[in-house]
Amino acid sequence: MNRAKLFVPVTVFGVLAIVLVLGFTLRDPKLLPSALVDKPFPGFDLPLLAGEPDARASRSNLLGEIRLVNVWATWCPTCLAEHGELMRIREKTGLSIVGISYKDDSRQARAWLKEYGDPYDFNIVDANGDLGVDLGVYGAPETFLVDAGGVIRYKHVGDVNPGVWKDELAPRIAALEASGDIPGGNAP
Amino acid sequence: MGVVLLLAVATCLGASAIDGFDFPDPETADRYQRLTTEFRCPKCLNESIASSGAPIAVDLRRTVRRLMEEGATDDAIRSHLQERYGDFVLYDPPFEPSTWFLWFSPVVLLLVVAWVLMRIARRDVARETESDDLARARRLLRDSG
Repeated sequence: MNRAKLFVPVTVFGVLAIVLVLGFTLRDPKLLPSALVDKPFPGFDLPLLAGEPDARASRSNLLGEIRLVNVWATWCPTCLAEHGELMRIREKTGLSIVGISYKDDSRQARAWLKEYGDPYDFNIVDANGDLGVDLGVYGAPETFLVDAGGVIRYKHVGDVNPGVWKDELAPRIAALEASGDIPGGNAP
Repeated sequence: MGVVLLLAVATCLGASAIDGFDFPDPETADRYQRLTTEFRCPKCLNESIASSGAPIAVDLRRTVRRLMEEGATDDAIRSHLQERYGDFVLYDPPFEPSTWFLWFSPVVLLLVVAWVLMRIARRDVARETESDDLARARRLLRDSG
């Protein structure tokens, strides 16, 4: 009995150490698990950034191809940081990238694309952030991987950099393609 | 310093008047107030969407307000936000396997403490009886001696 008691402090220390080490290895508390993965992309009816002044886009414009949907804004410095990588992805792979101009001034957004290049097939203007709320966006940039059927397959919060592309996005796109979800294909 | 303070005060004042919503009656205003304090701001971690001045909190307040106007129940509003932002936005965590540790650990801890205390108490009782027995034995020895 007394001998067993000797082990109490060691045990307490051990448990505490394990809990604290787990605390260190936990993910960034600022990263929220996405509630929307494997859910259909929400419906919307919003103006386009470029083209005819009254041109609008809806969810059906996202169907038919694997796409990255990238939430960005000119007021977001990280968006500028990831812009080069989006350009590179677009040029190198031909993957469809759709932008959501998030709570931004459309004139500035157009000027920004003119200055830094435009990797987007088209840009949806979400001026007041309502589509952002439906997408669970809590800060730009956020990037969604949407399959040809309009289902969100993955969400990345923060900048898309070569590492993120290689480790998180490219393998998932490859898996989608392998399962018959062809980018550029006409299948729903 | 003064400027910072002034800015802080101005921000707070702005926050209370931000949305500039007109409510038809005090009950609706109370309900809005209660609901918005129930949700955690996804960007600022330690603030409710009622108290945060972050743009995302403004958007979520507007969403709550819109859902209220559409006649949604409290539960419908909760699940609307939960579907989009996950359990994270709920200050009141749901009861499910991933939160069992959260819900059960205080009870388990309490039971452990109770068990330890009981053992200590019982040992003391045992010691007391032991010393009582000794005293009685001595008395008996002395009396017979």
